[in-house]
Amino acid sequence: MIAKKTKFLSKFQEKLESGEFAITCEIGPPKGAEDEEIKSAGEILKGLADGVNVTDLQSSVMRLGSLTTCHILKEMGLDPIYQVTCRDRNRLALQSDILSAYVLGIKNILALTGDFTNIGDHPQAEPVFDLDSVQLLWAIKKLEEGYDLAGKELTEKPSFFKGAVVNPGADTEAALELQIIKMKKKIDQGAQFFQTQAIFDPEVFIKFMERISKMDIDIPILAGIILLKSDKMANYMNKFVPGVFVPESTSKRMAETQDKIATCLEIAAEITNAVKPYCQGVHIQALGWEKHIPALIEKIK
Amino acid sequence: MILTEQKPIEEIIENFGKEKKIFIVGCGGCPEGAETGGIKEINKIKEGLEKAGKKITGTMSIDFLCQKALIRSRVRPRMETIEKSDAVLVLSCGLGVQASTEVLNKICYPALNTKTFGGRITGMWHGSERCDTCGDCLLEYTGGICPYTACPKQLLNGACAGQSNGKCETDPDRDCGWELIYKRLKKLGRLENLYRFIEPRNYSKMLPKEEDRKSKHWALDEEVI
Repeated sequence: MIAKKTKFLSKFQEKLESGEFAITCEIGPPKGAEDEEIKSAGEILKGLADGVNVTDLQSSVMRLGSLTTCHILKEMGLDPIYQVTCRDRNRLALQSDILSAYVLGIKNILALTGDFTNIGDHPQAEPVFDLDSVQLLWAIKKLEEGYDLAGKELTEKPSFFKGAVVNPGADTEAALELQIIKMKKKIDQGAQFFQTQAIFDPEVFIKFMERISKMDIDIPILAGIILLKSDKMANYMNKFVPGVFVPESTSKRMAETQDKIATCLEIAAEITNAVKPYCQGVHIQALGWEKHIPALIEKIK
Repeated sequence: MILTEQKPIEEIIENFGKEKKIFIVGCGGCPEGAETGGIKEINKIKEGLEKAGKKITGTMSIDFLCQKALIRSRVRPRMETIEKSDAVLVLSCGLGVQASTEVLNKICYPALNTKTFGGRITGMWHGSERCDTCGDCLLEYTGGICPYTACPKQLLNGACAGQSNGKCETDPDRDCGWELIYKRLKKLGRLENLYRFIEPRNYSKMLPKEEDRKSKHWALDEEVI
């Protein structure tokens, strides 16, 4: 292929910014010194996902790193989205890792606050949160301008396609307002796309989209889709996963079905097709069911 | 003893922006001892604000602004004046600013920064407020609720997505600090504050300075003995 000078840093950015419907998926690195799981998930997603998020010690559980996993996926020809949280690293380490990502050719980055340490498997660890997610985007912007947070000049500037997250299902008036205001602040600090918390009730998402369009927020948004594997999982998420709510009727369908996989994909496809006219893509979290993603994508094309 | 230092007068004036009518409250506790918030300092700050075109609606000193019951009883005769003011300037540690905002139901601007002594403080009169002695008080931005002590992640630019029904992800019995900040700012008519971008905290202010370690305030017991 002839190297063409383009304004896009990644294929994922090109897809989103040319107004096409994008599909991103997610890989959670394994808890161990191996790359087999990553590679087999990568093989499945290659050619199907426009971008692959790699989680950064999700749920505060110690695992293989996001940066290394992004690098492996990049080498395999996928377009990784490097998730960076503020929980474990101070501003020196964050800036350093972000420069490292750029040098490794990783151009999509997703800035997050991160879960608190006490919900994970190392509750004794010190929670860092030296920066918050808005400040992290601000820091990336500074690096792109050629300076670090101390104002020192960099020898070379990085450049990223920068994303952030928002939860349309925040369950109190204050929480939803705070989500929307923070979304606006993230855009002010350079966010170019958003991925949302998992959606199970399309109405909630549609209302959210109408609300932000009134605020003149016009930015690519990918609706979060989680593959609901069972009614037990629905109960668990309703109880323990903040901001996620699975309606009773959805949970009941999983409880009553004879074919869990077929029903799970049916639900995910229904939600996707309902939100599709209102957003620019979906972000699918398969949570180990990556092998069923091709069948789901077939249903939502 | 809680050690405070006055913010530069330029910063105090700039923080007020358009607000014109200011009521000043000093603390007769630690700030008086530290010579940062007694009658003398109240008068000096009053002069500075007047020079900058502010109208000072009144001043008063209250012993122990960390005690909400004391504030409540002392301000009762002045409440009408305070209500008619645009804002209150508080010369106290972070605890006093938090307690004052709650009791006065008026936006309170901190005139002082609370300096670190190498540990968190709870005040002379132990109340529910907590000050992180960050040395860079921004309690007017959050309506008198400290984001460093009210939010376990110490977030400065708004809530994370971890809350559920107004409770924190770290503990289902703990209120989300930002939910409290939102409600307070709404009550004070200051929701627009939430759109401000706040730069990262300066942690170098968390190391006690040599001059403070050598001051009489560092270890009162040694002075007495």
